[in-house]
Amino acid sequence: MKDFAKEWENFREGAWCEGINVRDFIQKNYRPYISGAEFLCGPTDRTKRLMGALEEKLREEREKGGVVSVDTRTVSSLTSYPAAYLKREDELIVGLQTGAPLERGVNPFGGIRMARSACRAYGYELSEEIEREFFYRTTHNDGVFRVYTDSMRAMRHTGILTGLPDAYGRGRIIGDYRRVALYGVDYLIEQKKQDKVNLGKQRMTEENIRLSEELYKQISFLEKLKEMAALYGIDISRPANNAKEAIQWLYFAYLAANKEQNGAAMSLGRVGTFIDIYLERDIRRGILDEQGAQELIDQFVIKLRMIRHLRTPEYNELFGGDPMWITEAVGGMGKDGRTLVTKTAYRFLNTLYNLSPAPEPNLTVLWSNDLPEPFKRFCAKVSIDTDSIQYENDDLMRRSYGDDYAIACCVSAMKIGKQMQFFGARCNLPKVLLLALNGGREEKYDMQIGPAMPVMDDDVLDYDEVRRRLDYYMSWLAGEYVDTMNVIHFMHDKYAYEKTQLALHDTDVERLMAFGAAGLSVIADSLSAIKYASVHPIRDERGLISGFDVEGDFPKFGNDDDRVDSIAKEILDRFITELRKNPTYRGAIHTLSVLTITSNVVYGKKTGSTPDGRAAGEPFAPGANPMHNREKCGALASLNSVAKLSYDSCRDGISNTFSIVPAALGKNDEERQENLVTILDGYFAQDAHHINVNVLDRQKLVDAMENPELYPNLTIRVSGYAVNFHKLSKEQQREVISRTFHETV
Amino acid sequence: MKGHIHSLQSLGTVDGPGVRAVVFTEGCPLRCVYCHNPDTWQRSENDLAEHTELAEKILRLYPYIKDGGVTFSGGEPCLEADFILEVVKILKNRGLHIAIDTCGEVYNASVERLLAEIDLVLLDIKMTDEESYKKYTGGSLQRATEFLGRLDEMGKDTWVRHVVVPGINDTAEDIERLAELVRPYRCVKRAELLPFKTLCREKYKTLGIPFALEDTPPMSESILHELQAMLDEKLSL
Repeated sequence: MKDFAKEWENFREGAWCEGINVRDFIQKNYRPYISGAEFLCGPTDRTKRLMGALEEKLREEREKGGVVSVDTRTVSSLTSYPAAYLKREDELIVGLQTGAPLERGVNPFGGIRMARSACRAYGYELSEEIEREFFYRTTHNDGVFRVYTDSMRAMRHTGILTGLPDAYGRGRIIGDYRRVALYGVDYLIEQKKQDKVNLGKQRMTEENIRLSEELYKQISFLEKLKEMAALYGIDISRPANNAKEAIQWLYFAYLAANKEQNGAAMSLGRVGTFIDIYLERDIRRGILDEQGAQELIDQFVIKLRMIRHLRTPEYNELFGGDPMWITEAVGGMGKDGRTLVTKTAYRFLNTLYNLSPAPEPNLTVLWSNDLPEPFKRFCAKVSIDTDSIQYENDDLMRRSYGDDYAIACCVSAMKIGKQMQFFGARCNLPKVLLLALNGGREEKYDMQIGPAMPVMDDDVLDYDEVRRRLDYYMSWLAGEYVDTMNVIHFMHDKYAYEKTQLALHDTDVERLMAFGAAGLSVIADSLSAIKYASVHPIRDERGLISGFDVEGDFPKFGNDDDRVDSIAKEILDRFITELRKNPTYRGAIHTLSVLTITSNVVYGKKTGSTPDGRAAGEPFAPGANPMHNREKCGALASLNSVAKLSYDSCRDGISNTFSIVPAALGKNDEERQENLVTILDGYFAQDAHHINVNVLDRQKLVDAMENPELYPNLTIRVSGYAVNFHKLSKEQQREVISRTFHETV
Repeated sequence: MKGHIHSLQSLGTVDGPGVRAVVFTEGCPLRCVYCHNPDTWQRSENDLAEHTELAEKILRLYPYIKDGGVTFSGGEPCLEADFILEVVKILKNRGLHIAIDTCGEVYNASVERLLAEIDLVLLDIKMTDEESYKKYTGGSLQRATEFLGRLDEMGKDTWVRHVVVPGINDTAEDIERLAELVRPYRCVKRAELLPFKTLCREKYKTLGIPFALEDTPPMSESILHELQAMLDEKLSL
């Protein structure tokens, strides 16, 4: 092993010294923290000044309709911008994404059309030079559309598949940014070079040739990463010496990924426990105190809050509120039973107080029944005070992903540096049901897109027949969906490969292909209506079923009623089974999520009326949520329905967003915290996967909709992420307000 | 056995200690002017539930309520005492904490058997003098205080509750009278003032029942807070 005696002073040695193994480093060196939040410090004056400078820019961004400025002349990459600062004299952690704070860069590798129209949306024109350069270049988007079949185009056009990453960076890849801090870039380059030599000793199959070229790109971008840091006068070729350097190195790596890629979700990973080791070492050395430790975390988070990508208005319709998904996983337990909660877990959460609530980074608490009680209480307090964090079941995920996994985007777990994901957006399940009733004809555009069958002509829809048809069309759709994903990711690897991020993965990375399902509660309630009530289909002049008369009542998802909850569960089990029958690009493992982001509004818009009584165009519920206001038995019954969905079928996550008014959670702050902990413990004990918690009154949102200027920092959790309420479109705001808020009775 | 059940609210945090399931029974002998559950006044033959089914539904919530419990409210749960007792027997096998939320208007052998099995009584003392009790609820203060006397004899933990309505019983004197009334009973572990709220207006409208307090504003939280502090002090709770 290299001589890093100085950088690694006082660290306990282990396998991590002999090869890249960040988990081993953490396990050998971290100190669990099991007490409370008493030790935390407020922001320093320096942090306050820096945050003041950012707030000024944020105000400007708001006033300019969401974008401060666009650099239309530069193609975003690691070294294409000079060093830039927010307020240099107050910055402990440096590095901006572009040449000026909050300025958006142009990243046309995913697709030039998207870059062009995003510029136009904010009153800019993409420069001649870039247009010319990309005229001769194939983008990911070009590649995909060269191969898309008519059927794939039709499914995309009609919205059976929506949000596909075929015109922008696919994202959802988490570089192990910690490697840069622990080992320095030179050692990482050496290792990759060695991998390339070893690969060369194998037969040159297509797979190996591709991988070898990818390694070439990874190495070249690790070199660029060093150059990028050098622009700031910092040499990151060797490991970090102290906490400030560790955070700086790590941030540079994350920043480089964002300069290179405009992926939909660019998670940070799980850096807290790692950083804590450096902070605690410096505190023991007497060169840092708690105030200083908090200051470094605050300043790091200020930088994270400045990451931006240039998006089109259509993109914002799907992913409302300009989210980045800088997801940081906090807490969790180790395999050996020690908690991975450190003081730095608290320090990260504390940024929501020191810097005011904000959606980014997307702080995600990995909840375990065994978390230290004071930490549970503190999380509950932060939720109640800020509505800015989400919770995911560590006891459940640890079984599949070990204890060094992180969350990509909202709910997608993966082993850090060892697994990556092919993001697959989602499929609109209620539309598949309508397709099944109409014999493969799409109800809005009147297009034949599935195999043709007669339109169902029953006077009252027969449940068994509907299920038979649905199974048939789900099976057909699964094949088309997998094929579409294969095309997209083949082309993304070819034309927009994530060089920096994959350089921070093991070379023999395991790939997951993440499919998604939207409208679960709509299809479950629709099938329940067909089964338990009498549903008369109404045919229109085209002969298609476009409306339903429902006679009688039926059980609805969200009331802890097995009659319908079991339907919801079966649909998902069936869907993943069908998906698995189709081979994936690069042998990726099929996974499935029930997650919509804010696109539940758009999905609803594109879907005709459904047998559950939902009118055409009405929004779906987000993620795995029951439909709004159909929950008649209160919050816990609603949670229980969602908890029945199987994580084994939905390894990419099951998102649930829970809003409750403060008064319904308890009579005072202390009771509310205690009760929220009890609810989370109870929910996750049943193997539920995820929950967003909002504790607020609907009236506050109504007021914020009317007077946005009074609520610049109002942050709420939507599906899998948090958002500044004022950044949502009016339509999305109305939808959020219409959702169930659990109240006192 | 069958009982008249209006609904099950799976998350209750204000009717007894901790996180609780709250069962609302149907039928009530009183007609309080400020009632926020007018939909539970009448019994409906359509809403009969089997005791085993109800217990099973409640037990699905066990992971959340194991340290909190279950509260039977209504309506007037004592009208369903035999039925509730059957449910409670099942719940008690899992060690759940049981409370009933009652106005104390109904007392009989069934109620006595039920009281013996439960852990806590939330007793609503509606008004502090016989005249306004009659006027605003149709019931009798004497029966409520007799009920409280029984609880005291049994040594049953009791939380007295009292809804404070602007212009009806929101003065310091009202609360002092309440303190005097409750003071002799050692079974009273807590006395809670609850604010009158207007959220129930919609329910009245839907049911087509005139709401007597249509023009009454919701009770101010800050005044309520002061009254609560005063009450706690007077009762040394």
